[in-house]
Amino acid sequence: MTEKALCRVKKPGLFTTIQDAGRTGWQKKGIPPAGVMDEYAFKMANFLVGNEGQEAVLEITMLGPVLRFTQAAVMAVTGGDLQPLLNNKKTEMWHSFLVKEGDELSFAGVKSGARAYIAVQGGFAGNEVLGSKSTYTKAGIGGMEGRALQADDILTGLSPLSELKRCAWLESTLIPSYRQKTLLRVTEGPEADAFSRDGLYTFYTRSFRVANESDRMGCRLQGPPVAHVKQADILSDAVDFGTIQVAADGCPMILMADRQTTGGYTRIASVIQVDLPKAAQLLPGHEVTFQKVSVARAHYLLKEQRKQLASIALASMNML
Amino acid sequence: MEPLRINMLSDRALRVEFGTTISAQTNQWIRAFCWELEKKKYGGIKEWVPAYTAVTLYYDPANLSLQELEQLVYAACASIENDNMPAPSSVTIPVCYGGEFGPDLEKVAEHNQLTVEQVVWLHTEGEYLIYMMGFMPGFPYLGGLNEKIATPRLATPRSHVPAGSVGIANAQTGIYPLESPGGWNLIGRTPESLFQPEKEDPVILEAGTVLRFKAISKQEYWEMEKQKEGAHESNDRS
Repeated sequence: MTEKALCRVKKPGLFTTIQDAGRTGWQKKGIPPAGVMDEYAFKMANFLVGNEGQEAVLEITMLGPVLRFTQAAVMAVTGGDLQPLLNNKKTEMWHSFLVKEGDELSFAGVKSGARAYIAVQGGFAGNEVLGSKSTYTKAGIGGMEGRALQADDILTGLSPLSELKRCAWLESTLIPSYRQKTLLRVTEGPEADAFSRDGLYTFYTRSFRVANESDRMGCRLQGPPVAHVKQADILSDAVDFGTIQVAADGCPMILMADRQTTGGYTRIASVIQVDLPKAAQLLPGHEVTFQKVSVARAHYLLKEQRKQLASIALASMNML
Repeated sequence: MEPLRINMLSDRALRVEFGTTISAQTNQWIRAFCWELEKKKYGGIKEWVPAYTAVTLYYDPANLSLQELEQLVYAACASIENDNMPAPSSVTIPVCYGGEFGPDLEKVAEHNQLTVEQVVWLHTEGEYLIYMMGFMPGFPYLGGLNEKIATPRLATPRSHVPAGSVGIANAQTGIYPLESPGGWNLIGRTPESLFQPEKEDPVILEAGTVLRFKAISKQEYWEMEKQKEGAHESNDRS
């Protein structure tokens, strides 16, 4: 595989990191998987540029970077609408497009959602640590030297294709819309019985506001306190992407990609896998409500989504 | 043997519970169960995390049904007793106590009406069981701290605790694998790296291992640090 310098980072944006599907198998040693926050947008971005595998992408947060290309490449931007611009002209999201040497990709700002993904044909190169290129900044591992991008970084592509045979795009029905108010479906957590009836009623009927202190570790929520009947602290135990913890203050927190592997607060519920991308696109100030579904229902929805993804993958292979 | 109960953490993670309190017996069952999982290498189970009272299995429900997973869990539990499990491994962590490395050592001594030497003696005399890993990469949850040196957390956490710091918080003792903020009373520091991401096995510790602390001098500390740097340089060259 050949690596080629792809672009120079003129401005890094607020928090731009190299991410892939994350590292698997190390949670028992306390190492979080990290990886993309929005798996759907990540997979779609890879499909659109014709990558068969789950190649590393750039995850950009709210304020996008400015990238100057030193090499032609096939790219796509998916996820939250941060209004991508190619040479200062609007370019479509959820579309593949060709950039040429000297082109500049920038972003006008958040229109909807919180995070966008930039994929390139062949994938971005980056430090691979424990089987993944995902950046985990807390431990300084993966991606670009374990940190968010900085000005003057040079990004490298893995055997990038510099020719676009045919433009690929997604049908509008496959493009999620990110709203100010989001319903997240959840399955019941192991400590649901640690909450009072009123507490559970509050959790499932009221809406919660996303707090400013939300990041890749967790999405903090504010709202009416979710009351306990038992202690809010538990013996430390495993947590998952989407696990909702409630500490003694009654404020729920949704654990995200960079979460610790274990936690010590009551777990009231967990966001189902197919709804995690919606949680990943929440911005401070957005409102969230929760709906309980059965585990069987969550599994049915997951299988349906996998079928859909498989057919899109097939279509994208035929297209490019 | 049978698990106490099985429940879901999320739609893709199943908890298998073996107890309700911190106990060495529960830890043994958990270790035995994990050993079964390690040996059998069931397809569809992506990874698992042992904790104080339960093991959580992460799986892909699109490839393995919940019913099938539960059957695997019961089968693994049933075959536990018949097998020879390797004895738990043990590890000794060298620690330079006090001074700049352990700014709270005197406070811990004062709080417990002991001398600094007695605190170090009680800390190195103990055998600690690693119940679980978590909180940060390579962080062990240790059981077995002598109650005579238990000390409440700092009222104001430090914003920077150096990697390798050894501390006490209430009845717990622990080691910080990475630099981070923290509210533990710092009594010393180890030159040992608990998290080495460049290595094939990045974390030397694991749940079920028995850990001991050994007091070393400042000179020994710096010698070990130097050796570590040397090893890093030769790694870089290769």
